[in-house]
Amino acid sequence: MEYILIFITAVFVNNVVLSQFLGICPFLGVSKKVETAMGMGAAVTFVLALSTMVTFLIQKYVLDAFGLGFMQTITFILVIAALVQMVEIILKKVSPALYQALGVFLPLITTNCCVLGVAILVIQKDYNLLESVVYAISTALGFALALIIFAGIREQIAMTNVPKGMQGTPIALVTAGLLAMAFMGFSGIGA
Amino acid sequence: MSNNNSLGKVFFNGLITENPTFVLLLGMCPTLGTTSSALNGMSMGLATMFVLICSNAAISALKNLIPDMVRIPCFIVVIATFVTVVQMAMEAYVPALYASLGLFIPLIVVNCIVLGRAEAFAAKHNVISSAFDGLGIGLGFTVGLTCLGTVRELLGTGKFFGMTLVPDSYGSLVFVLAPGGFIALGYLIAIVNKLKKK
Repeated sequence: MEYILIFITAVFVNNVVLSQFLGICPFLGVSKKVETAMGMGAAVTFVLALSTMVTFLIQKYVLDAFGLGFMQTITFILVIAALVQMVEIILKKVSPALYQALGVFLPLITTNCCVLGVAILVIQKDYNLLESVVYAISTALGFALALIIFAGIREQIAMTNVPKGMQGTPIALVTAGLLAMAFMGFSGIGA
Repeated sequence: MSNNNSLGKVFFNGLITENPTFVLLLGMCPTLGTTSSALNGMSMGLATMFVLICSNAAISALKNLIPDMVRIPCFIVVIATFVTVVQMAMEAYVPALYASLGLFIPLIVVNCIVLGRAEAFAAKHNVISSAFDGLGIGLGFTVGLTCLGTVRELLGTGKFFGMTLVPDSYGSLVFVLAPGGFIALGYLIAIVNKLKKK
């Protein structure tokens, strides 16, 4: 039950993009087509689950054990960067097809703040390992959900006649605002 | 051209021509996440500015020692160091502010503005002009965040930096919450685009 609650809260109620403002750059950057949005969503889910697990273990068995809590930011970002690089190299060797699909998105993920954000959040929320991984995967699914819905809307916007000053980013941001308003309807569930 | 003049140019380039919030559209997460009030936005901008100035200066000073192949990880370590400094200083001296900005302070590390300036400017210029570039971009970011924070606070609660201008009941809370952030920023960028065309 607890895990279901974490899942629903992370996907709908506290959606990472639309209510916590993490990962806005890829949200605006790669949301022009539904197909790329799906690729990005899958890549983020994969990396987020993996990196949260690794950073969680590092925090518990290295930083906490040696009293190095102040090194958290530096350690986490380096671990995430190294991990992303490693995933890229392994995927290239092991599964060229998957690499084709996710490859272009991987370098972008290092600077996706939701990866570092979630790694720090699970420590702050004092989750255990399983809860952390469930939280990471649900957050990533929430990200993918928002990204895919948004990409679908943007495909439609591209075909409409937008006032000149509002073209491009402004209309995208206003649309995201309306989407966030729709997601506000979930607030209160499980709180 | 005198040296002074070109430093001024570097400074204004960051503040106006390449304003990170309204022109380059970088660092959107803290821009939206911390601007629920003008004060929060300004503090976030100043914290980022400090990191930008220090990391730009340090990277520029170290640029001949850093091998080209591993420069990005090196930059990230330098940036993360200064972010940790800011984080610990804020936790010690302004705990209330630290609590309200929360997660976004450590996330300065992944703010694309900071790494972007390190790569695009500090790695190619001397220490003083890199520091000025950090100051200009940082100030541009601060101005952007303060503007957005002011608009959201005013429309949302009727306050300006915490002073009540119109009674609370006229505020529309949605501007303090997430949707209002997106919408307010969208319209501000549209206005800037309009002004730029003239």
